[in-house]
Amino acid sequence: MQRLPELICPAGSLPALKAAIDNGADAVYLGLKNDTNARNFAGLNFDHRSASEGIRYARDRKRKVLMAINTYARGGDSLRWRAAIDEAAALGVDAVILADLGLLAYAHERHPSLRLHLSVQGSATNYEAINLAQSLFGVQRAVLPRVLTLDQVRHVIANTSVEIEVFGFGSLCVMVEGRCLLSSYATGESPNSHGVCSPARFVRWEDNGKGMDARLNHILIDRYGASETAGYPTLCKGRFEVEGHTDYVLEQPSSLNVLAMLPQLLDAGVAAIKVEGRQRSPAYVAQVTRALREALDQAGQTGQRFSVKPAWQQALSKVSEGQQVTLGAYDRPWK
Amino acid sequence: MPVPDFTLPSFGRRWLQRLPATPPAWLLVHSLNQLQKRQVLAADMSLLSGKTFAVEICDAGLTLTFSADDERFHTRNTSNTPDLHLAANLADFLRLMLREEDPDTLFFSRRLRIEGDTELGLIVKNLLDSVDWDSTPLRRFMQH
Ligand code: SF4
Repeated sequence: MQRLPELICPAGSLPALKAAIDNGADAVYLGLKNDTNARNFAGLNFDHRSASEGIRYARDRKRKVLMAINTYARGGDSLRWRAAIDEAAALGVDAVILADLGLLAYAHERHPSLRLHLSVQGSATNYEAINLAQSLFGVQRAVLPRVLTLDQVRHVIANTSVEIEVFGFGSLCVMVEGRCLLSSYATGESPNSHGVCSPARFVRWEDNGKGMDARLNHILIDRYGASETAGYPTLCKGRFEVEGHTDYVLEQPSSLNVLAMLPQLLDAGVAAIKVEGRQRSPAYVAQVTRALREALDQAGQTGQRFSVKPAWQQALSKVSEGQQVTLGAYDRPWK
Repeated sequence: MPVPDFTLPSFGRRWLQRLPATPPAWLLVHSLNQLQKRQVLAADMSLLSGKTFAVEICDAGLTLTFSADDERFHTRNTSNTPDLHLAANLADFLRLMLREEDPDTLFFSRRLRIEGDTELGLIVKNLLDSVDWDSTPLRRFMQH
């Protein structure tokens, strides 16, 4: 049997953390209740008490907890971010997931024994960048942006001793991770600066008699017919009029799903497979973790004879944005 | 046991519509306050204070409206347009409460409607998600 990659699942709350662990996650990742992480939503995330309890729950079951501190500190105001790193170290998390170079340097100097993961927001798409992060800050794992083909993932892995983590399931963000300005354009706030794309207070859904309008800061970004599936209210997944046609221009509402590619990812030697969705509820975490746990175990046992069970596919499609799934860049013919 | 697929049949709806909506709303408010008092529901009331909520159970033809102040939920001051309006069929509300489905899934498939203050909706959703039923007698209903 092959050595399996770790299954890394999202936790936006204590019940979600428990759902991940009870359903077979090897590790969960979480964030604090502020803008030091890229899911800074009202009422989501952990404070000291719930984080300690979550870590205890995971430890007792021999699983790991990672803390995402993956937004960029604002110039002259990095105290909150440094405090988050200190807090993570004090809580005894198994690793912190960082994107900002200054914070990587701070964590490396201040907490030499704290394990560092390079966040997807760090946009390291080639092995040179990853190896540099290793030699500068002792980064032990890098999360690859969702823009690489499977061959490119193999190429990175072949040329670095840093562990490589890839995304396995979840909502897609189409721009080179961490560099998208669409949300800033419409609202003045973006994932890198404020930890959230399309902040909820700018979002309005309105019944228009025939269906539903989605508006972001008053800009109409989509109009759903009565029975059409919907997605998150992000500009990239809106429908716009271009040369007389109204359709998706940048991306369709859909979720990445690598089930069909698990044997190849295992062969490539990825160290971990990550599930997106700290903003989602415990029900999602339970359903997705369960399906991927079974699929991973199955892929480890059957290798190339692996076949995707309809039940997993169904479970994952149901919770997907627009209820569609895609292999995303892994399977892209062009580079 | 998962909630089976059902919509309330029309005779049930007619029967329900004849009842005033206040008792169910009162029951809801009372339960929320109990959960809040026992700290099962860790509501930051300052985020909810002064807001009005409407929960529309579509297949029952029933809309429960209530509001919040600094300390608790109540059924007063609910005449104006609600700040947050949630609408779904009874079966889907049950699935949400029993954590069989997550709200985003129901929203994507258009089985849950969210109108009004979206951020308030998120606060409410995250509040309900953060309830650790393990610590309550309701635990056994939440396992499946
Ligand atoms: S607009 Fe789309 S691509 Fe840009 S950050 Fe938001 S989700 Fe990502």
